[in-house]
Amino acid sequence: MTDVPKISLRGVAKAFGEKQVLSGIDLDIAAGESVVVIGGSGTGKSVLIKCILGILEADTGTIAVDGQNVMHLESNARDATNAKFGMLFQGGALFDSLPVWENVAFGLRARDRHLSRDTARAQAIETLAKVGLDEQVADLAPSELSGGMQKRVGLARAIAGRPEIVFFDEPTTGLDPIMSDVINDLIVSTVKKKGITALSITHDMQSARKIGDRIAMLYEGKLIWVGPAADVDSTENPYVQQFVHGRAEGPIKMQVRR
Amino acid sequence: MNLLALIGRVVLDFLAHLGRLTIFAGTAISHCFRPPIYGRLIVKQFIDIGFYSLPVVGLTAIFSGMVLALQSYTGFARFSAESAIANVVVISLTRELGPVLAGLMVAGRIGASMAAEIGTMRVTEQIDALTTLSTNPFKFLVVPRLIAGLLMLPVLVLIADIIGVAGGYVVGVYKLGFNPATYINNTYDAMEALDVISGLVKAAAFGFIIALMGCYNGYHSKGGAQGVGAATTNAVVSSSIAILIVNYVITEMFFGT
Repeated sequence: MTDVPKISLRGVAKAFGEKQVLSGIDLDIAAGESVVVIGGSGTGKSVLIKCILGILEADTGTIAVDGQNVMHLESNARDATNAKFGMLFQGGALFDSLPVWENVAFGLRARDRHLSRDTARAQAIETLAKVGLDEQVADLAPSELSGGMQKRVGLARAIAGRPEIVFFDEPTTGLDPIMSDVINDLIVSTVKKKGITALSITHDMQSARKIGDRIAMLYEGKLIWVGPAADVDSTENPYVQQFVHGRAEGPIKMQVRR
Repeated sequence: MNLLALIGRVVLDFLAHLGRLTIFAGTAISHCFRPPIYGRLIVKQFIDIGFYSLPVVGLTAIFSGMVLALQSYTGFARFSAESAIANVVVISLTRELGPVLAGLMVAGRIGASMAAEIGTMRVTEQIDALTTLSTNPFKFLVVPRLIAGLLMLPVLVLIADIIGVAGGYVVGVYKLGFNPATYINNTYDAMEALDVISGLVKAAAFGFIIALMGCYNGYHSKGGAQGVGAATTNAVVSSSIAILIVNYVITEMFFGT
């Protein structure tokens, strides 16, 4: 059964009104593999992840996790499936009404309603330590933290429930180069080296090279190139070349509207 | 032709909006009866909606009762019917003014804050984050607010009725010179159980509407700060209008001939 991909997408399509955002995505991600989807802003990278998480429903195609179709699940089945997932949002998406430790322990307490506050807090502090944050941060409000610290807390929240798959939505966007590298290193140490399957989306090539085993490029709703991360700089695909080298001239035309 | 197209578009938009609202309400109600139920969050909403709305509802009620007594006196004095003031105050407050004024005040206070809070959670992806953390946003955000709105508004209105009648008493006795015992007797004689019950039924309906509109508009807000602002305005305006329409419908049900 080890041949069953951890995540399998077949012909996944999604449109908003007349705008076709995804038009037939096929992708298999093996257990323990880290795949990074690159692409310009507004190409549907976030939509792809949200379809897998069940935040959005794909119009057609199939999405399977561990060989089980996870499309159109009812509420409790979706919650059970999402227990396998962790997600780091672009802006952190920390709950500003809760202190840091309750943010980190949120998933733990949602999945085990009998977990005591003290145990949950201890586990949250333990997870915060993994992302380089000490106990003093635990009682702060998210609004008191810098962008980089919020990303770390977001990462702690994503891995606190010991997920089998972690999704990263633009993990380094809005951070300075040093903090970006710190976050990349944390992703490598807390997810990639632990054998956790990861699907990331980014337009930061340095981040993609560091955290990805394979890289896929999304353009006009399709994956136009998929290959090992090491090959991304040497491929002759003109779209990938233009994106990787950040050239204004090339086959990719920038969209004005989302 | 353009005018017809415009009317058509407005009607279609309205119907689409109504459809989305109906589905939202149906989903929210169905989640009220399916575990898990977040008791702590429901109690928090009881306090937010019930306890913290008391000052604004109480002030509205007492001054409404006082002004009602004063205005009725001006009118009834012409026909030497001053003794009917206590009746007018208690009937007006329990049937109409208590629930409607409390509903409108709470719509401004609570409906706006619900839409702003849930709207901000929507645009900052906190609602998506709930889903990824195995927490249904309807159960976590909408159900506690709906239950608290439904149950707390009647309590607020009952208190508003008592405070409003007390306001009428203060003006009647200390300004207009009524005998205290006679005023209380007149109030007691005029008070009908059906009047109070109809007011409480209205209050429950208004509480549900306020919470539903606040949650619905917040949940569907988009586009950042401007979108949240629009959601907040829509929540207050739509719940206020709905309150006035439903008020007529319930009045017709109880007292229509």
